[in-house]
Amino acid sequence: MAQGKGIGAHLGGHLRENGMLVALVAIVAFFTVMLALQPQPVSFLQPLNINNLFLQNGHVIILALGMLLVIVSGHIDLSVGSVAAFTGACSAWMTVSLGLPFPLVILLTLAIGGAIGAAQGYWVAYWRIPSFIVTLAGMMVFRGATMWMLGGQNIGPFPKGFQSLSSGFIPDLTGIGRPHGLTLLLVAAGIAAIFWLGFRGRARDREFGIEPEPMALFFGRQIAVAAAVGFVGWQLASFRGLPNVLVVLAVLVVFYAFFTENTVIGRRIYAVGGNEKAAKLSGIRSDRLVFLCFVNMGMLAALAGMIVTARLNSATPKAGTGFELDAIAAVFIGGASMTGGSGRIVGVVVGALIMGIMNMGMSILGVGIDYQQMIKGLVLLAAVIFDVYNKSK
Amino acid sequence: MALLEMRGIGKAFPGVRALDRVDLSVEAGEIHAICGENGAGKSTLMKVLSGVYPAGSYEGEILYDGELLALRGIRDSEARGIIIIHQELALVPLLSIAENLFLGNEVAARGVIDWPQAFHRTEGWLRKVGLFEPPSTPVGKLGVGKQQLIEIAKALAKDVRLLILDEPTAALQENDSQKLLDLMLELKAQGVTQILISHKLNEISRVADRITVLRDGATVSTMDRREITEDRIIRDMVGRDMAHRYPERVPAPGERLLEVEGWTVLHPEEAGRVAIRDASFHVRAGEIVGIAGLMGAGRTELAMSLFGRSYGRWQAGVVKLRGQAADVSTVEKAIAAGISYVTEDRKALGLILEEPILKNISLANLAGVALRGVLDKRREAKVAEDYRRQLAIRTPGVQQKVVNLSGGNQQKVVLSKWLFADPQVLILDEPTRGIDVGAKFEIYQIMNDLAAQGRGVVMISSEMPELLGMCDRIYVMNEGRILGELSRAEATQERIMAMIMKAAGRAAGEGEAA
Repeated sequence: MAQGKGIGAHLGGHLRENGMLVALVAIVAFFTVMLALQPQPVSFLQPLNINNLFLQNGHVIILALGMLLVIVSGHIDLSVGSVAAFTGACSAWMTVSLGLPFPLVILLTLAIGGAIGAAQGYWVAYWRIPSFIVTLAGMMVFRGATMWMLGGQNIGPFPKGFQSLSSGFIPDLTGIGRPHGLTLLLVAAGIAAIFWLGFRGRARDREFGIEPEPMALFFGRQIAVAAAVGFVGWQLASFRGLPNVLVVLAVLVVFYAFFTENTVIGRRIYAVGGNEKAAKLSGIRSDRLVFLCFVNMGMLAALAGMIVTARLNSATPKAGTGFELDAIAAVFIGGASMTGGSGRIVGVVVGALIMGIMNMGMSILGVGIDYQQMIKGLVLLAAVIFDVYNKSK
Repeated sequence: MALLEMRGIGKAFPGVRALDRVDLSVEAGEIHAICGENGAGKSTLMKVLSGVYPAGSYEGEILYDGELLALRGIRDSEARGIIIIHQELALVPLLSIAENLFLGNEVAARGVIDWPQAFHRTEGWLRKVGLFEPPSTPVGKLGVGKQQLIEIAKALAKDVRLLILDEPTAALQENDSQKLLDLMLELKAQGVTQILISHKLNEISRVADRITVLRDGATVSTMDRREITEDRIIRDMVGRDMAHRYPERVPAPGERLLEVEGWTVLHPEEAGRVAIRDASFHVRAGEIVGIAGLMGAGRTELAMSLFGRSYGRWQAGVVKLRGQAADVSTVEKAIAAGISYVTEDRKALGLILEEPILKNISLANLAGVALRGVLDKRREAKVAEDYRRQLAIRTPGVQQKVVNLSGGNQQKVVLSKWLFADPQVLILDEPTRGIDVGAKFEIYQIMNDLAAQGRGVVMISSEMPELLGMCDRIYVMNEGRILGELSRAEATQERIMAMIMKAAGRAAGEGEAA
C-alpha cells in the first residue's frame, strides 16, 4: 500500500542524495570513456589510479569530515590548510630532529592540533567573535608559524614507520599474497555490512512510517554501491592491498557517520546550527559544542597534516595551501546548508570523491591546471544552485 | 460602486488547493474585513490581489474599477494603488524614516536624491498618520506601533487607493492598536478603501463596514455591519457553534509547587537599570496561574530570567520547588529542577523549523531517548508518535518538517517537546498567539489536562478574556513589578486595567517628584 508512489516521484523527493551518486557515476563514466578514446587508450579505473585517488585525496576527506561539523554548527574554519602545514612541520621536527618514536609523534601532533582548535574555538564559542575572522587570522598566523618553524627549509626524509602512515599498505595476514587475501576479506565484510545496514534501515523506515524507497530503486542502489566497493576492493587487492590511509579513512567515516546521526552530542550540534536560540532554551550548551567542533577540527587537521607530510616525505613551508577551500567545497558539494544545521557525512565523502576524481581525470587527460580550477569552481557553483533551486520548488 | 470584484478565484499548489472559488466584493470607501482560521486562504488571496501570484497562475477574474485586472507583479499592483502591509513589517531598521518611506520610490532627479525635499515630504506624510518623529530617526529605534504607522505613511506616499492590512495589530499593545484603528477610520473618511485581515473580532466589529468569512479556501459569507456578531463570525469560521470558548474545569489546587521570592533582575544591556524588581509569586499543584500586563510589563523577562537566567543579569531572589531551594542558574538545571518554558516566539525561539517533528519533540530531553549517549531512534519515533496522537497534531507523519505545519500544530509540537521533558511547572508565554479559534480551544484543553495531572501552569497572555477564562488566579505586572494578585472571582478586565493604570500613574508621579 505504501508502494503507491512511483520511482519517478520518489526520485523527485530525494533528488539531492541520489543526484550526488548519479553525478559521481557520470563523472567516472565520462573519464573512463574519454581516456579509452585517446590515441593511446588509458584505463581510467586501473588499480594504480584507484590507489592514488585515495592517497592523494585522503587528507581532503579527513578535513571535510571535521569541516562538516564546523559548518553544521553554523561556523566555518579557514585555517585548516595552515594548521595542517604547521602540525605537519611539528611532526617532522619531532621525528627528524628529536628522533621521537612514531606513535608518540602521532599523539603529540594530534594534541597540538587539538590545542590550536581549542585556541580558535575559544574566541568563536565564548567570545562570539565571527569564526570567519578568527580562522582567517589563524590561517595567517599558522602559515607564518610554519615558515618560522621550518626556517625556510624542508624537513625530511622520514624513517619508514612515519612514511607508512600514507604510503604503507595493510599486511596480508592470510598469506595468499596476490590477490591480497586480507583485503578481499575486509571488502567482503564491507559489502555484507552495506547490505545489512541497508535492509535494517529500510525495515526501520517502515516502522517509523517513512515511505520506503521503491524496491527496485533500493535494490538497484544497493547492488550498484556493493558492486563499486567490490570492484575497488578487487582492483586494490590485485595491486598491493588496502593502503593504510584507506583504512584510516574508512574507520573515520564510519565513526563520524555514526556520531552525527546516532549520538546525543551529534544531534545537539545539528540543533545548534538549526536554531541556536531554540537549542539554548532547550537546555543545550551551544558554546561548549561549538568549542568542541573546533577542537575536533584541529585534531583532524593535524592528522591530515601528518598524512600529507608523510606522503611528500618532507615538511615544506608551502604545504597545505588551499586545503581549506577543498574541504569547504567538498562539504557544500555534499549538500550541507550554508547557514548550518544540515549536511551528511555520506554527502561529504561523495563530494570529496567527486572533486578528487575530477582532479585526477583531468590531469590524466592533460587538462591544464587553469581549466581545472575553472571547472571545479563551476561544479561547486552548480551543486549549490541545484540545492537552492530544489528547495525553492 | 464596487472598487474591487474578485470572482471565483482558485489557486492550487502541488498537493494543496489553497483557494477554491473565492468571491469578494469591496465597495469604494469601505473597510472590509476578512477573517478565517489559519490556512483558510486569506494570505493566498491577498497575494493574488497584490500580484505576487501573477495573472494566469490562478483561476477566476479580478475586476478593479470596473476593468479586468491582469497583474504581472507587485510593482504593477502598486502602480494602481493597491498596497499591502504585511504582518512582518518590511522596513529596513538601520535606515531613517525618510529613507524607508521612499524606498524604491526615491525623491530623486536622474538618480540623485533630493534630501531636503524628501525630508519635507516625509514630515507631511508623518503628520497625516499622527506620528511626530524627526524624519532622520532610524526606524529600528522606534517601537512596533510607530513602525506600523510608517508603513501606512509609506503606502499613502504611493497614492494608495486600496490598502490591505494583514493582521496589523498582532504585535501591538492595546493603546497602539486603538490608535491604529482610529487612523484606519480617518483614512476611510479621506476615501481610502481598506481591507483588514484580522483574528481579533472586537476590532473587526469596531471598524469594519462589512466582513467576509473564508473557510477552507472558499467564501462562506459576507455580512453587513448590522449583522455582525462574534458568535456568528466564529460559527462561520469554524463551521460549528462555539458556545464554550474555554473548556470546563474544576480546579483542585494542591501544595505549593513553585515559589519565587524577591526576584530581582538587571537589564542585560543598560547598566544599573532594573528590569524585574522584587517579584514574588507562587504556583500550586493543579493550578493555572495567569500573569497579566501590557506589553513591556516584564512578563516575558520574568519568565525567561527564571528559566536558566536566559534574560538579564540575576541580582537577588530565590526559587523554591516543593519548598526546597532550587538551582535554576542554567537552562539545563532549570529543566532538571522541573521547570519548562514555552516561548512566545515559537518560530525563532521554540522550534528548529527545518527539522522534522520528532527531532523537535526530543530536543529538550534527548537523554530520555538515548542510552549512554547513543540515540534510540525507535524510541524517539514512538515518543513523537504518542504525542502526535495525544495532542492531535495534524500531520501526515512525525517525519514532516515543522516548517510545513500551521501555527496551531507548531505550537502543539512545542508543547510536546516540553511535556516530554516532564516538568512540574510549565510556563506558557502567549501560548495561543497567532493561532486560530479551533486550535486555541485544543491548547486550552491541553493546559487543563496538565493541571489535572497535578502540574502547575503559568500562563502569560496579552488577551485578557483568555486569562479570565482560564486562570485560577492572576498576577498583574507593570514595569517589572508584580502589582498584586486577583482570584478568579475578583478578576475582571476593568480591575486589571485599573491596577495597571494606578501603578503607572504613581510611577509617573514619582518621576515628577524626583
